[in-house]
Amino acid sequence: MADLATLKKLPSQIRRDIVRMVHACQSGHPGGSLGCTEFFVALYFEIMKHDKAFNMDGKGEDLFFLSNGHISPVWYSTLARAGYFDVAELATFRKLNTRLQGHPATHEHLPGVRVASGSLGQGLSVSIGAAQTKKLNNDDRLVFTLMGDGEQQEGQVWEAAMYAAHNKIDNIVATIDFNGQQIDGPVDKVLSLYDLKAKWKAFGWEVIESNGNDLEEVIKTLKHAISLTRKGKPVMNLMKTEMGYGVDFMVGTHKWHGIAPNDEQLADALSQLEETVGDY
Amino acid sequence: MTKYTFTDKKDTRSGFGDGLLELGRKNSSVVGLCADLTGSLKMGDFQKEFPNRFFQMGIAEANMMGVAAGMTIGGMIPFTGTFANFSTGRVYDQIRQSIAYSGKNVKICASHAGLTLGEDGATHQILEDVGMMKMLPGMTVIVPCDYNQTKTATIALGDHVGPAYLRFGRPGWPVFTAPDRPFEIGKADKMIAGKDVTIFANGHMVWQAIEAEAILAEKGISVELINLHTIKPLDEDAIIKSVSKTGCAVTCEEHQMNGGLGDSVAQTLTRFHPAPIEMVAVNDSFGESGKPMDLLKKYGLSPENIVSAVEKVIGRK
Repeated sequence: MADLATLKKLPSQIRRDIVRMVHACQSGHPGGSLGCTEFFVALYFEIMKHDKAFNMDGKGEDLFFLSNGHISPVWYSTLARAGYFDVAELATFRKLNTRLQGHPATHEHLPGVRVASGSLGQGLSVSIGAAQTKKLNNDDRLVFTLMGDGEQQEGQVWEAAMYAAHNKIDNIVATIDFNGQQIDGPVDKVLSLYDLKAKWKAFGWEVIESNGNDLEEVIKTLKHAISLTRKGKPVMNLMKTEMGYGVDFMVGTHKWHGIAPNDEQLADALSQLEETVGDY
Repeated sequence: MTKYTFTDKKDTRSGFGDGLLELGRKNSSVVGLCADLTGSLKMGDFQKEFPNRFFQMGIAEANMMGVAAGMTIGGMIPFTGTFANFSTGRVYDQIRQSIAYSGKNVKICASHAGLTLGEDGATHQILEDVGMMKMLPGMTVIVPCDYNQTKTATIALGDHVGPAYLRFGRPGWPVFTAPDRPFEIGKADKMIAGKDVTIFANGHMVWQAIEAEAILAEKGISVELINLHTIKPLDEDAIIKSVSKTGCAVTCEEHQMNGGLGDSVAQTLTRFHPAPIEMVAVNDSFGESGKPMDLLKKYGLSPENIVSAVEKVIGRK
């Protein structure tokens, strides 16, 4: 764990990584990645007990599962910056023979990834399974997971929600990236979630709401969420973010969900993001 | 000449239930997950003896596959139980991404497969599951022939590492293999040696083939019967070796012709040892309600159908 001043240098650097990675291969999902950067920094540099000398079983460690796998750029950059692999490898994102597949995978043995994701709606179930194994192993560490808000349209999410509450899976902290956007447009226009908080509460979860683009607040929120674990209920953090946060022309729109910037747009984006700890 | 008889009929799903119980006693990492079909899957004894290692998932198969994948992280060996239809078609994407592509050590155990499910009809009689499962890279696919072999195969899966699909059925069926008959995943089991034709069968169809062999022996036709209980990884050497001797093959399975055992054998023979082949399988059709034996007859999976296929394939040599 680093001091706050050091931590605060990371989001800008990771955002530079994200736009450079997506630009280099001219594909990928910058919007959601940019919106969740503070969350990843908080998790990997402050909240979780984890070992960059990665092993699949992760016994005695906190585990993280990314369900909305398309925001892989922010995860890959965070893992590299946390020492899981060399930052130079970020240049291989989505390219032939890379370990940094378009969507996260275990197949190429990238350190930090414990299950493939990308086909939406599956990560919460996997996280719950991992949390149950932690209980069977008397392992008192926690399981963290992130889903998208559009992903809430997948039925499996609600199967998992019901199961976790019924079985008192109280060693899990799930977060929803509540940016209100999905590829085809605003979530409310595509297929409304209506009152998402009420839904999760009705499914038996402890629900908190937070702002995801303020690093100090994200850290505070996750610490609060952890304080709510082990009380018989799974914990849900509804985290408001801005898709594309940090790059003015990408903010708050679904248009940058799944497209890459051109050379000019890249230069514009990088001019807004300070290089703090060094580009890859 | 090897002869197989039976005194007892038992359902293969009970072989799974009894095997899981025995495996659970040997290996404390084995956990059972079931989607509201504990009685049908015969998982009740495991549940009773290991309540902390049994997970009632409710009617939520997609979540079950994901939870099973997650439970492997930290060393558990999940055995999921539901009908074959809900074990495969309903959850194909969950199996593909969270289990197969992720290389998770999940054992997908599927009962009530095929026509012999009987009266429930075509909605539940899946005949495409083996095809779906064998197409997944790294997936082991096993279809044991009777109660004893299903029990042995279940126990063998405890030491097997990686995703696997175990298919079995509902009806009482002749128990004709010895409880101690050797079983090795991926190794074909030659049950009868012969010289005129090789019959490759699995699941309930092994018994149908044994009955066919008796009829063919009366007619002076010498059958080699191979129980290909593992469709993947396929014992190609055993297939090539046998057909090199007999010169032709008949495959028998309670599954669509497209994508099943016959498909795998044909692919092997076409590539390495071209020879005439006939397939006894369901031919691009859904099933329907009825008694198991009546269904097998109507859909062309009776011993008589095997006899005809053998006579036909020998004529093509």
